[in-house]
Amino acid sequence: MGDAFLTGLGWLPRAPADFKARCQALAQSSAPGAELRALATHSLDALQLERLARSIRALRANDADLRPLANLKIGLLGNGTLDFIAPAVVSSAARHGLALECLRSEYDQVLQEALDPQSALHRAAPQAVVVALDYRALPLQVAVGDPGAAQAAVQAGLAQLEVLRDGLRRHSAVTVIFATLATPPESLVGSLDRLLAGTLRSIVLEVNRGISDLVAAHADHCLLFDVAALAEMVGTAEWFAPAQWNMAKLPFDDRFVPLFADHLARLLAALRGKSRRVLVLDLDNTLWGGVIGDDGLEGIRIGQGDAIGEAFLNIQRMALALRDRGIVLAVSSKNEDAVARRAFREHPEMLLRESHIAVFQANWQDKPSNISAVASALNLGLDTCVFLDDNPVERDLVRRTLPEVAVPELPEDPSLYPMALSAAGYFEAVALSAEDRQRAAFYEGNARRVALQAGVTDPDSYLRTLQMEITFQPFDAVGRTRIAQLIGKSNQFNLTTRRYTEAQVAEIERDPQAFTLQVRLTDTIGDNGMISVVICRHTAPDTWTIDTWLMSCRVLGRGVEQMVLREIGWHAERAGIRRLVGEYRPTERNMMVREHYEKLGFIQLSGSGEGPTEWEIRLPLATAAAPMSVKRLGFVDGAAADSR
Amino acid sequence: MTSTDAVTSVLTQIFRDAFDDDSIVLHRDMAAKDIEGWDSMAHVRLILAIERHFGVRLPSTKVAGLKNVGDMLDLISSCLPRQHS
Repeated sequence: MGDAFLTGLGWLPRAPADFKARCQALAQSSAPGAELRALATHSLDALQLERLARSIRALRANDADLRPLANLKIGLLGNGTLDFIAPAVVSSAARHGLALECLRSEYDQVLQEALDPQSALHRAAPQAVVVALDYRALPLQVAVGDPGAAQAAVQAGLAQLEVLRDGLRRHSAVTVIFATLATPPESLVGSLDRLLAGTLRSIVLEVNRGISDLVAAHADHCLLFDVAALAEMVGTAEWFAPAQWNMAKLPFDDRFVPLFADHLARLLAALRGKSRRVLVLDLDNTLWGGVIGDDGLEGIRIGQGDAIGEAFLNIQRMALALRDRGIVLAVSSKNEDAVARRAFREHPEMLLRESHIAVFQANWQDKPSNISAVASALNLGLDTCVFLDDNPVERDLVRRTLPEVAVPELPEDPSLYPMALSAAGYFEAVALSAEDRQRAAFYEGNARRVALQAGVTDPDSYLRTLQMEITFQPFDAVGRTRIAQLIGKSNQFNLTTRRYTEAQVAEIERDPQAFTLQVRLTDTIGDNGMISVVICRHTAPDTWTIDTWLMSCRVLGRGVEQMVLREIGWHAERAGIRRLVGEYRPTERNMMVREHYEKLGFIQLSGSGEGPTEWEIRLPLATAAAPMSVKRLGFVDGAAADSR
Repeated sequence: MTSTDAVTSVLTQIFRDAFDDDSIVLHRDMAAKDIEGWDSMAHVRLILAIERHFGVRLPSTKVAGLKNVGDMLDLISSCLPRQHS
């Protein structure tokens, strides 16, 4: 898992099918900077990165305005062939908010470029130079078992790096970024290599220590790029590709070019002050397992002794660690505020508490509006926010509505969420001050709740892009178990909370006086499965009473309620029914549907205040455009699907 | 489609992507002089793309001896796992 996720930049969404065309269209774009960033924010392979870099070059040649990307010019020095790496860094930098120009050294020209004041590099006057040498560039004489010679080899290597630093700094105030050396996987004597002075392994270890010291000693103008850690993360046996080195002096296996480029780009972005500072967290199935509104405080999975609970504990642990180093935490969740907060206040296994959360948005409004409200309450830009959510539809909606917000794709397994969030590298920092570490505390407003501004989203146009298809069927044997499950456990979007056993469901299925619906929904993101259940009873010659109406909260805000009502009305009319009656029976968990019937245009018949209410609507219903296509299966009246 | 045709069609796409030219049609005799921009770096790019797309590792000893598209096709086919019919 790790390897494919990392190598393939798995935290980024896949490139769109029209990627090539959109690259070509950049030249005509009215906002090329923003479009560049949008295009770069996909899991691009080396070829796609090169293609995008060509478009960037063309834009530059035309003096295009690339704002809001920030300009940065760097030199890239390496002992290998950098022809494939440099363009990948340029494209990856756009992903991190930079309009990057990258000059590279020719193969084996590092010293000349760095030391000659008339070299192309010096004349271009870059703001930073990356010295990305590997062990093959330095005079690292292997001297097994000879501590004196080993020490000399290490010093010779470090001296060369010092020479480079001096040369680069002699004529300008450039920032020098030193890469650490990846350790080649070959060993001479085995485990002893690490202990024995003069083996390549121990020499490289010493040189890396020396590089760290060098950077620390000149922290005002030097930075570390930890290539050794990157190579270890993917495995040094994979990292080094001797055949590619021999063929074309490629310094590492070309399949790691996108990953290397992203790591360098995020460091450059941090240098330019472009790191993210806020982590906005979803709750259900992101910070704990389960849905607190349905499963209750006791039903959510968080804590030791349960694999799923421990997975979520690790996510909370990571969020806390980020907070301790200065990342501000916020919450955006579709939940009742009081229900969601109870977990933070009362659940003994929760690591995160309200005091850790700066802004706490638990409501039923769309997430882009809530994230915008979080950013403005913190007085930070949307481009400082990261949004973590297990639900692909929410992720997609936030990406489309607020393209500045970083939204990582997540693997299926919550055990891997921390790895995914970390792999994305949103919070790269070039230094960490005491002030940074206190920043989160400074922002804390004890989980305050803030009002939403209007007009952040245009939900209808988004819904159409989802290409939803809703399928209506009466209850049947195939769906029975799932129907009974939903009836048994749905608490939040459940108008009456009447519980029926599977046997009772089977009875209702056969009851000629009952009209039933099981509803499924698919969209471009995937199959949501059965998401709604309805039971109507023929209570008077002209009346159906809606005995049960429940829906999964995952599909809230998608227009499903309206479609279900339309479907009930359609069948009711064909059965000669003139009015529908709906009931709302309040429980501790279903406050969210208190106004359900009112919103759908029902008129209140009876009830008031905290008690149950009764509603009616007359048929035929007013028709409205549907944001999805409809499929009907298995109805005895032979009703066929209509299109829209 | 025979497997040779399949290899040719994938290789054609690799060439078109590498040289950003959708009009390229491969034939066995085609060599570096026949395609504009087929220099040593482009050659490396082709080899890497072939390895990536076909999921094979081309031995250095064989890569060095490639003279034309026909050699490439033969080398790729020899590296692919044998197909049972």
